[in-house]
Amino acid sequence: MAEFTMPSLGADMDEGLLQEWLVGPGDRVHKGDVVAVVETDKAAIEVECFESGTVGRLLVRAGTRVPVGTPLAVIEGATPREPRSAQKPVATGSRDKHATHAARTSGSPPPLPQKPAAEATSAIGAGPLVRHLALQRGVDLTALHGTGPGGRITRADVERAAPAPGPRVRATPYARHLARDLGIDLTTVRGTGDGGAVRAADVRTATRARVERPEPERAGARGREGEQHGHVAVPTDSAGEHRTDAMRRAVAELMSRSKREIPHYYLSTTIDFSAAEEWLRRFNRDRPLSDRLVPAALLLKAAATAAREVPSLNGYWQHDQFVAGSAVNLGVAVSLRQGGLLAPVIHDADTLSPDVLMAGLKDLVQRARRGRLRGSEMSGATLTVTNLGDQGVETVFGVIHPPQVALVGFGAVVERPWAVGGMLGVRPVVTATLAADHRATDGAVGARYLTAIGRLLQKPEEW
Amino acid sequence: MSTTRTPRKPRPSARSDPQAAHRLALLESMLRVRRFEERCVELYSAARIRGFMHLYIGEEAVAVGVNEALTDDDAVVSTYREHGHALARGVPAEAIMAEMFGKATGCSRGRGGSMHLFDAGRRFYGGNAIVGGGLPLAAGLALADRMTGRNRVTCCFFGDGAFAEGEFHETANLAALWGLPLLLVCENNLYAMGTALARHQAQTDLALRAAAYGMVSWAVDGMDVFAVEDAARRAAEGVRAGGGPHFLEMRTYRFRAHSMYDSDRYRDKAEIEHWKERDPVEGLARRLREAKELTDRARTALEDRLAAEIDAAVEAAERAPEEPVEDLLKYVTSPVEAIRP
Amino acid sequence: MTVTHTPTAGPATPSVEKTTYREAMREALREALRTDDRVFLMGEDVGRYGGCFGVSLGLLEEFGPERIRDAPLSESAFVGAGIGAAMAGMRPIVEIMTVNFSLLALDQILNNAATLLHMSGGQLPVPIVIRMTTGAGRQLAAQHSHSLEGWYAHIPGLRVLAPATITDARHMLTPALADPDPVLIFEHGSLYNVSGELSAHSGPVDIDRAAIRRPGTDVSVITYGGSLPKALAAAEDLANIGISAEVVDLRTLRPLDDATIGDSVARTHRAVVVDEGWRSGSLAAEISARLTEQHFYDLDAPIERVCSVEVPMPYARRLEEAALPQPAGIVTAARRAVGEPVPTGADEGADAGRSS
Repeated sequence: MAEFTMPSLGADMDEGLLQEWLVGPGDRVHKGDVVAVVETDKAAIEVECFESGTVGRLLVRAGTRVPVGTPLAVIEGATPREPRSAQKPVATGSRDKHATHAARTSGSPPPLPQKPAAEATSAIGAGPLVRHLALQRGVDLTALHGTGPGGRITRADVERAAPAPGPRVRATPYARHLARDLGIDLTTVRGTGDGGAVRAADVRTATRARVERPEPERAGARGREGEQHGHVAVPTDSAGEHRTDAMRRAVAELMSRSKREIPHYYLSTTIDFSAAEEWLRRFNRDRPLSDRLVPAALLLKAAATAAREVPSLNGYWQHDQFVAGSAVNLGVAVSLRQGGLLAPVIHDADTLSPDVLMAGLKDLVQRARRGRLRGSEMSGATLTVTNLGDQGVETVFGVIHPPQVALVGFGAVVERPWAVGGMLGVRPVVTATLAADHRATDGAVGARYLTAIGRLLQKPEEW
Repeated sequence: MSTTRTPRKPRPSARSDPQAAHRLALLESMLRVRRFEERCVELYSAARIRGFMHLYIGEEAVAVGVNEALTDDDAVVSTYREHGHALARGVPAEAIMAEMFGKATGCSRGRGGSMHLFDAGRRFYGGNAIVGGGLPLAAGLALADRMTGRNRVTCCFFGDGAFAEGEFHETANLAALWGLPLLLVCENNLYAMGTALARHQAQTDLALRAAAYGMVSWAVDGMDVFAVEDAARRAAEGVRAGGGPHFLEMRTYRFRAHSMYDSDRYRDKAEIEHWKERDPVEGLARRLREAKELTDRARTALEDRLAAEIDAAVEAAERAPEEPVEDLLKYVTSPVEAIRP
Repeated sequence: MTVTHTPTAGPATPSVEKTTYREAMREALREALRTDDRVFLMGEDVGRYGGCFGVSLGLLEEFGPERIRDAPLSESAFVGAGIGAAMAGMRPIVEIMTVNFSLLALDQILNNAATLLHMSGGQLPVPIVIRMTTGAGRQLAAQHSHSLEGWYAHIPGLRVLAPATITDARHMLTPALADPDPVLIFEHGSLYNVSGELSAHSGPVDIDRAAIRRPGTDVSVITYGGSLPKALAAAEDLANIGISAEVVDLRTLRPLDDATIGDSVARTHRAVVVDEGWRSGSLAAEISARLTEQHFYDLDAPIERVCSVEVPMPYARRLEEAALPQPAGIVTAARRAVGEPVPTGADEGADAGRSS
């Protein structure tokens, strides 16, 4: 038996809103299955479980906000875990560690549930129909008092506990998708489509209207003291609060904390990018457009490799001391179209080749913008890179993401007059900057780091 | 004007050695088909072979005799009753058996089964289960030879049922019109599945009707392997000499139902027994014994050898690997690497 | 593959020549016959008569009766003979007068051409090209006017092409002949006389890819063959009322280029499929099913289909026009898809083929 707990989806996350259960009591789950959707201040994230077994009781109902580490469900008959790579930062909060160990040949089919699903439910005393209804309405069956024969829970018991939601909003699939991205509550949108259906254009209209008339700040939305109670289960495509606003607030809080607490120092260097550009040209020559590398892939690779060389910039400042990261996990700042910022993580970035890095980056950016990131991709960054090159600026002096101790910035690759060996020519150059935490390192370390990036970019073929 | 003729009766000379050896070889070929088909019945009954299966028992003289007139360069297009044609053509019993077991080593990699045996290397083009469907294909093979100047014969087997199909008449006309090097062999076993010839043909003299297309045509006793061989040799020579398509009506009979376990209600037991008296395999064996060309011991040795060959084929088929399901979509279209400008 | 240049009387070859769909097709045949002696053309009236629709005019004189073969009126026999010749290593191009008559050869096309490779466990590829005219619009009534290419696109083992432009008519044959498997080419009867320009620098068409014939942002109009000119006319009308339609020409009906079709709809979020086949069980149905399977969350409106009314094609001009997809109907469907109010009365014709 094990508990599935509210995961930590970021160093700065101390609580999360359990938005939706994707499994119910009696379901078989395997390590790595997505079992729930948790809403953080930044995005709705599909979280996976780390045990295999049968879902037992759901301890927290959908729509509830709980601290990280709170047990959310019981997973029964958890099969022994394979040894976990000890690279993930340990989540704060408690985690059930009672997993039994038994020999198991990998690749063999998972054993059958020790208890058939039907039995698991009869323990609660509710039939499959009632369980389904409870799951739909987000009702915790274990908290109900059954009024049926022998204390069985009836349909009426569930309906009393959670009245039926209002009629489903008629909306096109794309409009739903867009509303989720923009954090728009579909129930508030006037549909102009067939039979009043909400279409994409209606969602956009609603967004514009909201930008023009910002809603007054609600009580309890300031800081995190105001626990929101009375949060009933909400359909997934209407958020209790508009996510863009929430995200703005989260970014505001984190950045203020950073500038309040972290003594930043800044360094900048301009790097000759011609060797890297030549390497890219050769690499891309025979590739279809979709597989071509862009300069960003090399810049990320260089940033990650240099972090391995200068480990004192790769890690956290915690309890007045520096804790080195056990791997180079690069956070990559991704700006969202509707505003706001996410920094999904590429784990072990220093070990990946530029094309694998690039593929990972593309995938992360796309899913970040669609709001479909997984928990493991939102946590564990040891160093963050922000690349504003595609915005056309040449230099970016960033703000460190606490508790990290450095932030690397890259600007656009631009052509500039450049002197080499007393001769003047035109070369592509890129400006790399470093914002670092002066508590953890001094300028000399930062300089070593930027110099390493410059050197690495002269010989991409040697990576 | 009718071009039908009765073939010469061959006179086997008992003493001439190469001739005697040839007669024994004919017997062996026919016996191989007979024993193979009998084993198929067993395996079908044991559910080792599935699908439709049409046995050649009774018609062995046609496949074996006609094959004597063909070279390795010639082509054969056949029907769904083609085990005999494939064996006579030299397709190994093992490859045919494995095909019926649906195995990867089958001559069509398990994609065809009993009705669709193919062997491109031996120019054996199936295995066509649409009545009459192989005729236009054969015309096309012959056309390719004509256009590329290769002096080869394409031999197409089909049944009396196909004679009612438009494709026979379209092909006969087109082949005669273009003078294609085609040998049309109609195996007239008197029944199209369960319909007697007279019930589906207004004029039951098929050779006479084929002659109307301007083809050299004649009818042959299809139960006598010498008669078949003789007729086929002369027809093939005519084709090779540029005489255009030739047509042979082989009058033959199948001793078993149309397909495994089909009803046999449409014909009299007495009729079957009458034809069995003309069994092409046993008839030849009898003649060779009387001519002192086949001793009892030699016959036993021959039977043993064929039994061992077929046993080995079955064992190999049993042991052969299945085609993996991952390869299901293989051969729907040619692999990507096959030519694109 | 070298492209043979026809010697011209002038001093320099112009980079663009005026031609027609028919002449482009003929030039494609001529090039194929010249560059590969395995190629020959066979069909009813392809030689002396010059082809039922004049496509092969003059080829008999140039290549002789062995390679430009007048066949008897027996579709099954000469299509089957083409399949046999292809199996034996030739590269036959078989012309069937119209798709309606191809039904007489359906047995050979389905039971032999499409299955031999598989049935023989990969031993017998059939590199045949079968061309035929398809479609309505010329008052030829119910036995000469149907669009049955969607039926053929249902068959695994075949490749089905529908050249809709002069360039495709000129340059689809080369890759079709290079394909080791059977290829069916459907030429819409209304296109033969279309004239236009052909660039001298154009080369073989990529027959795996659909083509964007007109880019747009609001709605994807997906079509092929004889309906392409209608879709382009509709796009022009839509532009005049401020709707930007993207026109996608399928080009290849089997295998469908899901990526190009899907990418377009992922950008525009709306789709109108125009298909001259009857609506029920049409190629348009397949395309809309795929879009729903692969791009459900990109759709901002139900997928619209503009197809032929389910009636044997009538002879009378007005009736025939009413039975076929027309630009006005495509415009109406596109307006519905983008949520523009549709003026009353405009529905006439837009519902061509809507199930009654």
